[in-house]
Amino acid sequence: MDTYTQFANSMVGQQLTKTLGLPQPAVLRRYDPDTPLLPGPVVLLGASSASEAVAEHLLQWDLDVRRHVAPNERIAGIVVVLDTVATPGDLGSTVLELGSLLRQLTPSARVVIVFRDPGGSEDPATRAARQGIEGFTRSLAKEMRHGATANGLVLHESLDASAPSVAGALRFVLSGRSAFVSGQVLRVSTVNGALPGDWKRPLEGKVAVVTGAARGIGAAIATVLHRDGAQIIGVDVPAAGESLAEVINSVSGTALQVDITSPEAGQRILQHAEERYGRLDVVVHNAGITRDKLLANMDHHRWDSVLAVNIESQLRINHDLLASELFSRPEKGSGPRIVSLASTSGIAGNRGQTNYAASKAGVIGMVAASAAQLESRHGTINAVAPGFIETEMTAKMPALPREVARRLSSLSQGGQPVDVAETVAFLASDAAGGINGETLRVCGQNLVGA
Amino acid sequence: MSSSPSTPREALILGGNRIPFARAHGPYAAVSAQDMLTATLEGLIARFGLQGERLGAVGGGAVLKHPRNFNLVRESVLGTALDPTTPAYDVQMACATGMEAIGSVADKIRLGRIDSGVGCGADSISDAPIVVTDELQAVLMKASRAKTAASRLAALSTLRPGHLLPQAPGVDEPRTGMSMGEHMAVTAHRMGISREDQDAIALASHRRLAAAYDAGFFDDLITAFRSVTLDTILRPDTTAEKLAGLDPVFGKDLGEEATLTAGNSTALTDGAAAVLLSSQDWAEEHNLPVLASFLDYEQAAVDFVDGAEGLLMAPVQAAERLLRRHDMQLEDFEYVEIHEAFAATVLAHTTGWEERGLGRADPERINVVGSSLAAGHPFAATGPRIVATTAKLLHGQPGARALISVCAAGGQGITAIIEGR
Repeated sequence: MDTYTQFANSMVGQQLTKTLGLPQPAVLRRYDPDTPLLPGPVVLLGASSASEAVAEHLLQWDLDVRRHVAPNERIAGIVVVLDTVATPGDLGSTVLELGSLLRQLTPSARVVIVFRDPGGSEDPATRAARQGIEGFTRSLAKEMRHGATANGLVLHESLDASAPSVAGALRFVLSGRSAFVSGQVLRVSTVNGALPGDWKRPLEGKVAVVTGAARGIGAAIATVLHRDGAQIIGVDVPAAGESLAEVINSVSGTALQVDITSPEAGQRILQHAEERYGRLDVVVHNAGITRDKLLANMDHHRWDSVLAVNIESQLRINHDLLASELFSRPEKGSGPRIVSLASTSGIAGNRGQTNYAASKAGVIGMVAASAAQLESRHGTINAVAPGFIETEMTAKMPALPREVARRLSSLSQGGQPVDVAETVAFLASDAAGGINGETLRVCGQNLVGA
Repeated sequence: MSSSPSTPREALILGGNRIPFARAHGPYAAVSAQDMLTATLEGLIARFGLQGERLGAVGGGAVLKHPRNFNLVRESVLGTALDPTTPAYDVQMACATGMEAIGSVADKIRLGRIDSGVGCGADSISDAPIVVTDELQAVLMKASRAKTAASRLAALSTLRPGHLLPQAPGVDEPRTGMSMGEHMAVTAHRMGISREDQDAIALASHRRLAAAYDAGFFDDLITAFRSVTLDTILRPDTTAEKLAGLDPVFGKDLGEEATLTAGNSTALTDGAAAVLLSSQDWAEEHNLPVLASFLDYEQAAVDFVDGAEGLLMAPVQAAERLLRRHDMQLEDFEYVEIHEAFAATVLAHTTGWEERGLGRADPERINVVGSSLAAGHPFAATGPRIVATTAKLLHGQPGARALISVCAAGGQGITAIIEGR
């Protein structure tokens, strides 16, 4: 927790920030496998067959599901199913009902709007209504208080809402895993995927490679994937070996020292996974570097090294993965997973980061273009775009820009490495099998990259 | 147990780890041998996924050891992610400490006594124990034996300022009073080993080690430590001219005929290294590829005190017995790894072997990825460094063999044969 968030949550700080109209960052509810999915009742709005399917999902998780609540009763989550809207005029009654409940939300509550893909309809009125929900959701997210979030769940035109990934995505958005995800829409496009036998161990039996695992977000990803049941192969450059060993020993994994930009990196990873585990299920391309300079001052080394590490290595390794038998073995309908780290810099751009933004936008393009290849082996490839995350890297930013960057998000704070890791873990799970080619932002709805 | 007592099973080398070696009083100056050994084991554990594993034994040691480190290896093991019920023991055989640790672990595996183990070593010149004078020690002991305050005071009153001067640990041979370098200088002179030949070995050592680093050879042999990623003694850009320009540092009484310089002698070094060994079954159960088999090893000692034999010439005898036992000649080895205590040591050993009819070691097969002159020589860590390196060289060449030769103070030495898988 940063110093300001600590202060704002102190007794004096709470009063002072309120009086002065300063940002009031909340202490976010984060995922803990041993606490309930939601700390209170969840209200389900909207009547349709999809709504019934959503109710089924919620009831299976032993949630206190309501169609109505008493005034002043506290609510931990609201799921609004708007899949049948045909015209913008259809939105009013349901969203206003939602509005009337907002004051009853608990801290870190969740609002989830389920709707159909705008691109799935050629009818101008229907598409307008659906597109309208997207704008509505993003605006609502900015009105949420006390660590609460609002996100959209977009279903493919013909997708049955009982599909496993609808359940998976719904659960992810309701849970503490999505603490720093707000104002986003998550697209579920296929019936692929499977629900875990044990929601506490969704990656049980999986073998996962994490590049750049020695520190920061990579170390958090290794830790979270391991907590979720995966065996970890941690990859980093030999120079980071000491921290890599420390991380890997804490998750009982194996360390593989290899420079991912070397041509044989993909084969080294495959060989290690084959020899040690006989399988490879998940590859997380997390390793990345920054070499910031204004373009006018940019040299070849800075440009090339960022592109080589952040995108070219991923393209080369994916090529090797997709050519291998080891990475194409579907089990119980769940195939391989690639999760790649993009950045909100790659979406919004960032002064001094032309090289970094090019590489990270490149990741978004790569992921979209590789989706079909992965789907053909029942797998998925997705990207996670972190916003401002509290890491060693951002700790080195000058104090003022750092403070501004934190408060620009709807949650008025920076995210933690674990927030990125939880999203990666979700996308790596069987329950996310219907989500493919997407880039999901973990940015607390930061203004930058909106 | 699959093997019968009469035919020992194989002791297999699965891999190794070391930290980058560093010149003494350099980046590891504030680090203890135990810290270095712990980090080395942690890197090994991470590489092979040994967290929570109870190994059969971890054997190792240090040459320069403070009395408080009487359980150096056990204490290091307790600081790692290994199962704390993993037994550990310290051994010490001067610069052959690491080799003896590996050999003894291998023997336990061959006998079926244990299924897995680590042979390791660490040495810190920077953290060497400082010893008190004999006089101070005598006074303190007398005071501690005293039964009354008065007699204790009486004992302490005999202390003189000169008694308090610290004594640096001696590295000279106790029986000759000569340093190892002086001994080597005498042997080199007697055998007519030229300065040029010594410098050529030093140059090759640096070039080969640097090339191996560049090729990523050490990616799975070294784990960075305290921001050091590369052996600090390594000079990739050294030249024959630079080496030729150095003044002799040993055998100065030989005048113009002195040949041992700082360039062709190993520098004092801090570092640690470890090798993982196991039985075939254990390796299979743990899905760990086998690099090589630790076939056999042999210790030898020479009587150097009367001057008839060179201090560092024991590996000549050790190799002779070992090669005769296996009916082999030097030409039968794909690689020959000779610890470069001094460049002259390599030449003295190969000449000695040749004289005893063991054949000729092709220089192109000796120390192919560099050795101690370039990597440095943290005494007890040198054996594990060489064994892990050699096992990796042999991996993928089933049946190919390597001879390892390490000399040690006290006129001792160890040679070993390992075979590729």
